[in-house]
Amino acid sequence: MSALPPVEDIKAKIEAGVPGASVSVISNGSPSAQHSLLLDHAHAGAVAVFLRDHSDLRLDFCSLVTGVDWLDTETTEKVKVKKLIDAPDGAQQETEVEETRKTKRPGYLEAVYHLFSMEKKHGPVILRLRTPNRTNATHLPSLTPVWRSCEFQEREAFDLYGIVFDGHPDLRRILMWEGFVDFPMRKDYVPPDDDALTTGPAEGVHA
Amino acid sequence: MSQQLIDLDPIGIGESEIMEVSMGPHHPSTHGVFRMDVRLEGEKVVRLKPVFGYLHRNHEKIAEHGAYLSAIPYTDRLDYLCSMANNWGYCLAVEKLAGIAVPERAEYIRVIVAELTRFQNHAGLVGFLLQDMGASGTPLMYAFREREKILDLFESLSGARMMCNYLRFGGLRVDCTRAWLDKTRQLVGRLPRFVDEFEALLRANEILMARTQGTGVLPRDLAINAGVTGPMLRACGVNYDIRKVDHYGIYNRFEFRVPLGDHGDVYDRYMMRVLEMRETVKILEQALRSIPEGPIMDPKVRLRGLRPKAGEAYGRIESPKGELGFFLISDGSTNPYRYRVRPPSMINLTILEDMCLGQNIADVVITLGSVDIVLGEVDR
Repeated sequence: MSALPPVEDIKAKIEAGVPGASVSVISNGSPSAQHSLLLDHAHAGAVAVFLRDHSDLRLDFCSLVTGVDWLDTETTEKVKVKKLIDAPDGAQQETEVEETRKTKRPGYLEAVYHLFSMEKKHGPVILRLRTPNRTNATHLPSLTPVWRSCEFQEREAFDLYGIVFDGHPDLRRILMWEGFVDFPMRKDYVPPDDDALTTGPAEGVHA
Repeated sequence: MSQQLIDLDPIGIGESEIMEVSMGPHHPSTHGVFRMDVRLEGEKVVRLKPVFGYLHRNHEKIAEHGAYLSAIPYTDRLDYLCSMANNWGYCLAVEKLAGIAVPERAEYIRVIVAELTRFQNHAGLVGFLLQDMGASGTPLMYAFREREKILDLFESLSGARMMCNYLRFGGLRVDCTRAWLDKTRQLVGRLPRFVDEFEALLRANEILMARTQGTGVLPRDLAINAGVTGPMLRACGVNYDIRKVDHYGIYNRFEFRVPLGDHGDVYDRYMMRVLEMRETVKILEQALRSIPEGPIMDPKVRLRGLRPKAGEAYGRIESPKGELGFFLISDGSTNPYRYRVRPPSMINLTILEDMCLGQNIADVVITLGSVDIVLGEVDR
């Protein structure tokens, strides 16, 4: 088993090999220390081909494709701010005032790819792609043309999360039925209440 | 053939009619509720699209709603023939996520139960494959006779024959007794004779060879690119066994070989299972010889209130069907933010169409049988 270079080296290799690609490292705080690389949409396909065919990396096996839903988050924090306040005698005085600050982070959908190498027997290298938001811009480039193993799993992410993979050869629902409208794995999905009582005149009953 | 069709088609493409057949969802050869939309030209397959989801219950969402511990019994129901292997895959991912170590004795028992699971899965698969080929009953009953004994062991160990719910992150639920180990040793001592008998019954069978050799061929490069794993991949000659690659658990302590095929046809896939059964027996013998005394659970692990640090982990094992992986994202709370299963039998179905094109419809049945799918895992 050959050792895999650290994730920063892989980032440098990508930036040297695919001109114009913007790659950033997303570090992982858990003991597993599996850090990942965030790719831009325009170069994702080129980066994937580069990683697959690079003579040292040879990531020929895309094991896992995962959809992840990150909701809009709003964090509130109380901050002490120094302000100049008019004192009763007319002079200005500096006092500390507490303010609540809200920071909004827009949500997004994410596709995570776990890559391994069957030839070099190393891995995983983790790639991430993020959509601009969760509502109207949910397109990502498909990596099925590079790794066939993404075919069913990208369909599943489309089915359950609503991520539209551009360039996928056969993007249909896979686990839910045709005609189903919602995306059940999203965090804000509300299942329909099948037991809800409906009132009204019953059919076929003649009073 | 309708005369009209030929008249409408002056260049003669439609010489023969295309017939659309929906195989399943309730067809004995589909091993569960699974459907294939097949287009046939005569008896030849020209298109095949697998359709599944009939058993879909959104397993991943259920697990995301519960605590880390409460997902373990649900993993039993993924590949319901190999619950011990599923437990291990999930526990390995949680152990990576939270940095939990497993005591020595627990690692040995894990290997023993996982290899017993592999043995009964492969024996059962060979039986089912031959059933699909028309060898009605006998081989399957031979396999099930042996499987029954293994399930008896599981029952006396965990209380359940199939839904074992036995592993825990950080160890095991209960320890095994000395009597259980003795019974297991006795059984394992008899298993090589069973494999010999099973092989003698089938290996030189002319009908089996004629049906399986050269059927459902999967090229090596396509297998790698399509993420095929497990015995199906190794039948194409790719040496990739996660027990050897990752050395998860204590697999680096055992001596065993990885059988490889070179044609990638149904016969090679069938032989992979038979040969792997022999290697499994070797691992079992070594593990049963050297199992130490000691604790089976790390006492510091909080099973019920586990709160791993925010982060993510991917853990994978070589399950009997292929690479079974679990991907977990923690946000620091008591339940996983994202829980994802890498289902080997679903991903192995990606190339079902490629293997079946140009074959007879009867060979589709055995090609699917050689993939080894369990719909509880495909549909989740």
